[in-house]
Amino acid sequence: MIKEGLPDKQGHFGQFGGRFVPETLMPAIIELEEAYEEAKNDPAFNKEMKGYLKDYVGRETPLTFAKRLTEEFGGPKIYLKREDLNHTGAHKINNALGQALLTQRMGKRKVVAETGAGQHGVATATVCALLDLECIIFMGKEDVRRQKLNVFRMELLGAEVVSVDQGEGTLKDAVNEALRYWVANVEDTHYIIGSVVGPHPFPKMVRDFQSVIGDETKEQFDELEHKLPDAIVACVGGGSNAIGMFTPFVNEESVKLYGAEAAGKGIETGQHAATLTAGKVGVLHGMLSYLLQDEAGQITEPFSISAGLDYPGIGPEHSYLKETKRVTYEGITDQEALDGLQLLSRKEGIITALETAHAISYAQKIAKQMNPDQSLIICLSGRGDKDVETVKERLGGQVNE
Amino acid sequence: MSKTTLQQAFEDTLTGGDKIFVPYIMAGDGGLDGLAERIQFLEESGATALELGIPFSDPVADGPTVQAAGLRALEKNVSLRDVLGKLKDTKQDRKIPIILMTYMNPIFAYNIEAFAKDCIDSGVDGLIIPDLPMEEENHITSYLTENEVALIRLAALTSPDERLEQIAEKTEGFLYAVTVKGTTGAQVEFESTVGDYIKRVKALTSKPVLAGFGVSTPEQVRQLSAFGDGVVVGSEIITCFHEDKRDKIVELIQASKRSKQI
Repeated sequence: MIKEGLPDKQGHFGQFGGRFVPETLMPAIIELEEAYEEAKNDPAFNKEMKGYLKDYVGRETPLTFAKRLTEEFGGPKIYLKREDLNHTGAHKINNALGQALLTQRMGKRKVVAETGAGQHGVATATVCALLDLECIIFMGKEDVRRQKLNVFRMELLGAEVVSVDQGEGTLKDAVNEALRYWVANVEDTHYIIGSVVGPHPFPKMVRDFQSVIGDETKEQFDELEHKLPDAIVACVGGGSNAIGMFTPFVNEESVKLYGAEAAGKGIETGQHAATLTAGKVGVLHGMLSYLLQDEAGQITEPFSISAGLDYPGIGPEHSYLKETKRVTYEGITDQEALDGLQLLSRKEGIITALETAHAISYAQKIAKQMNPDQSLIICLSGRGDKDVETVKERLGGQVNE
Repeated sequence: MSKTTLQQAFEDTLTGGDKIFVPYIMAGDGGLDGLAERIQFLEESGATALELGIPFSDPVADGPTVQAAGLRALEKNVSLRDVLGKLKDTKQDRKIPIILMTYMNPIFAYNIEAFAKDCIDSGVDGLIIPDLPMEEENHITSYLTENEVALIRLAALTSPDERLEQIAEKTEGFLYAVTVKGTTGAQVEFESTVGDYIKRVKALTSKPVLAGFGVSTPEQVRQLSAFGDGVVVGSEIITCFHEDKRDKIVELIQASKRSKQI
């Protein structure tokens, strides 16, 4: 079973995690760790955080009983944790807000962040506007092209968006550039990393900020059903919504936990982002974790219809949860995700993000092995507005046929 | 060859009144077949040791010039295994000590234990791993010690005194004093505190202290060498090879010699 108190003092979850960064950054991440530990135990900080979460983000988010989806699946009762109803439309803001408040607390005035699809970039630009912090966002040039509207959103919020030409111009290259920028500006800048990845203390800190998802869910479900849920499913890219949802349940042995990875065009095609299913252990972006890489240790380009899952690494805690078999991870293809997205739209009137759609499709498979006395919760990590164009392109005329 | 080879080369240079000059080149940039010739050229031009970069897909400590050189090498599919193989084949043709600069992941993919063994077979004397701070180095130190490969530690401008002391204590071969807050690549000017920083680091250890990151002109070679024991020059050497301006490389190396110092 899972040990309490992970990661250890050096940021390790078993063999995973740690701090693999240039010496120039070490003092900053040690400072960050100290500042975070202090803030976490400060009632004033927690009160401030709670206040913003309630009055600005709009928490708590509902736990919605999905009646028609339950009938469709024909198995357990299906509940949806509605992170799509947060301000900016996804769970990302829980973390961005926490880290921005911490930035203020450390006396820093500048923030750097990376973004793939733009969700984390928008959330970061939003909280920087709110708290009057300077904000620079690195985004791969390919993603800038694919997500023009989100680039404009960030600029509208007062952030500077820098297009990254290096590599293939996607999320991993944006993280590389954000890290390089941080190395060069570390004394007055904080790096708001967008997921439970990177060097310690990021995986732990981001997990803690996102655990509000699972904490609320546990309480809400208990109020509705007076028990624990039987199963929970969430999508996994870097893995922050999943970790946030899983954390309060990890030590509840009766609750089965499932993570949906992006299998893209299919694991066998090599065009996927299923790091835990098909990756090997290695070091990237400051952490030891499962990675998509070739024989020589070069990181390979992931592929997924969903830009938010398009990352060749995974949070180190997920690697640990896979290795200890506490969580079951499975790849869901682009096509399955698209089916899930359409199903949820028509059955529940919720157009979900393509990332989340992977969890819907996986839930359908899991539900087949469950019975009507049981309950299954899906973490609905984000809304689908940003993906409508992509989905339209992929479906072509299918929708009206 | 081993860490003693490295120490001997440094001692010989310093005893002769010269400063240490370590050029950095990217293995496989310009083709792996040309590597031995480039090494020979640098040895004959008076370099003390050679830092040889291993191409990596995600080099977060490197600026544009080294990144581009790495991409050129990766386009030719050059891997750590190929480089060690080539170094082994040409071991007899060189006297200059070899220091590998590689990120952690290629070593991890190779298998750490096998890598340390193969370093010695290939005549590699030292190792620089820019994404391996003290906190994580026990992944590799025991294998390196067993095989007599020096692990060169890096000190940063941002390192507080307490860390500098530990780094100076642990380092083997020499201490690499990173002279910019940022990635590798040419700097027009250094922060005014750089001289003091190198002197401060120098006072902490009897091992040689080399300044590196951003050193690109003969004047900077002289200037920064004066504070410590020498310099590492990377991006500028890469550019000179790439643009076939070898006379400029000779000029840079000559700036470290006693006769050319001010």
